[in-house]
Amino acid sequence: MINRLKHMNPVFLVLLLLFVAIAILSPYFLQPAGYMNFFKRAAPIAILAVGQLYVINSGGFDLSAGALVTLTVIGSSILLDGDASATWWVITAMLAVGVVVGTVNALVVSWLKVPSIIATLGMMITLGGVALTWSGGAPRGYLPENFRFFGRYLIKDLPVIKILPVAVIVMVVICAAMWWLMHRTNYGKRLVAMGDNPKAAMLAGVPLTQTRVVAFVMSSVSAVIAGILLGGFAGVSTDVGVGLELQAITAAVIGGAQLLGGRGTVGATIAGALVLQAMFTLLNILGFPKPIRDVVQGLILISAVVIAGYRRRRSGG
Amino acid sequence: MKRFGRKNLSALAPFLLLLVAIAIYVAVAIITDQTQYLTVENLLGLLGRSIALGITAVGQTFAILIASIDLSVANLISVSAVLASAIMSGDPAMMLPAVVTVLVVGVVVGLINGLVITQFEVNPLIATLGMALVLQGLLSAAFNNFAGAVPDEFQTFAYGQVGGVSVSLLFLIGLTIAAWVFLRFTKPGSNIYSVGGNPEAAKLAGMRTTRVVITAHIICSVCATIAGLYLASRLQSGAPWIGRDGVYDLESIAVVVIGGTALSGGRGGVWGTLMGVMIFSLIDSIFNLAGVDAFAKQILRGVIIVAAVAVYAMRSRRIEA
Repeated sequence: MINRLKHMNPVFLVLLLLFVAIAILSPYFLQPAGYMNFFKRAAPIAILAVGQLYVINSGGFDLSAGALVTLTVIGSSILLDGDASATWWVITAMLAVGVVVGTVNALVVSWLKVPSIIATLGMMITLGGVALTWSGGAPRGYLPENFRFFGRYLIKDLPVIKILPVAVIVMVVICAAMWWLMHRTNYGKRLVAMGDNPKAAMLAGVPLTQTRVVAFVMSSVSAVIAGILLGGFAGVSTDVGVGLELQAITAAVIGGAQLLGGRGTVGATIAGALVLQAMFTLLNILGFPKPIRDVVQGLILISAVVIAGYRRRRSGG
Repeated sequence: MKRFGRKNLSALAPFLLLLVAIAIYVAVAIITDQTQYLTVENLLGLLGRSIALGITAVGQTFAILIASIDLSVANLISVSAVLASAIMSGDPAMMLPAVVTVLVVGVVVGLINGLVITQFEVNPLIATLGMALVLQGLLSAAFNNFAGAVPDEFQTFAYGQVGGVSVSLLFLIGLTIAAWVFLRFTKPGSNIYSVGGNPEAAKLAGMRTTRVVITAHIICSVCATIAGLYLASRLQSGAPWIGRDGVYDLESIAVVVIGGTALSGGRGGVWGTLMGVMIFSLIDSIFNLAGVDAFAKQILRGVIIVAAVAVYAMRSRRIEA
């Protein structure tokens, strides 16, 4: 038991400490409305982070995720313009866009041998351009209620927890599916093998291109889903996705994912996303100005990597 | 093409790309009947519009040559511009203290980046990304608008002319020559190539690789602060968003790579980077001549960055992520 605790990922302990600190400073977060609101706000970044983890475990980066979030929000609001009957095909279309973007990213990396940081950077710039061209630079249209349902709606009058945001259900379902794919299927094993050593994986028969396509599609589709949630509770703006890809990478790294391949787990990544969100909440409670968030995010990003490296060297892994 | 061999081709590729870009520029100017833009001054003027990017990219070349990368340059540019104009506050007597302070900040930031990467073995992307967030957070917490002003004398850096050529363009070319001489003819310069090409071998050969990595990062950061000084001089005042708005972090990486410096380190140089900057500004001017919509420009830009990198990467058959 003690041994298990020793090997436990420290991210869970950090998360626990942060929760305790928040609860002491602001009892509001002990009430269902408080903590459910917290989880609702954490949902998009948790989903994005787990999607990003697929790409990180494959040995790459996806910098285009934030721009895809923006494109999803802008595009949906233009296509829908308040027309509730169109919601389902617009969501389907946006998910299809996610599949296309992920596939293109992966094929550019696999076929053209462009490093993923450049490939997805190009995609980020391109998607930003598409969103601006489409919208003319300012948000247009608006999102009907049934689209905003996923991000905004609260199921009320439940026993014990009283309220349950739909966004939290979406987060749990999506993350559970992505956990299953990563940790309970052969695909997950191939992915980690590829991230660890692409040459060895290829010689062992891992279809690299196919594995990479799935990883990037997971990231892009998770960005579309995060965009749908954010459009629901934050509304339409042209900068809704700015910096989210970096938050997603930070969350995965806090969870112990190793850049350039292998080792990250879905559970720890979700914990990493919650740590990030809890940290932001804590700074907010303590009354720090918003820019200090960036400072803290930067410092914990570096410390997380330092600590992970130290632990790895000590355990000889 | 075969007989050039790989090595020669990678040195030639940025030049060929530049020729292609110039050819397209000329063609578009002729087709759209805007031949008045076809002068040598105009071509040089193109580079003049990208001075800040050029200075930053020369520094970024050093980071990439040692197989590292610096994502903190854009935020450091903002810090430098704001600090400089806040310290000067329009007083010519404060010019020297301001410049010295800003350069010291550059050295410190580069030193920290280098130390975090070498001593704690943090991936350079993460180390410099963390630094970027810290710098931007501190800056935005302290300033939220244009701060201070630079005196008229300081604006010479951006607007002054010597014999018909702008001071800033001469500075960029001088900086590139200095960087080239350093890389090509000095021992620390050749060490940068050795460490970037094969850090293990360099270490076994008795090189202090740590010191080389730190030096490269200090050069990179100092160049970014100089770019910040230039922007403060041009805009007459610094604001906490100018670096980020210019996307100098990603654009500087893109032009370095388009200029033929390998992201895996050890190959490339500053002349290629300067050509990369020219290619970038040519692309911009081509779009302007052709009357491409500003947002559509951005789309094409993304595609072109990837395509250009693909040109280099296709020839390397290694499996990379």
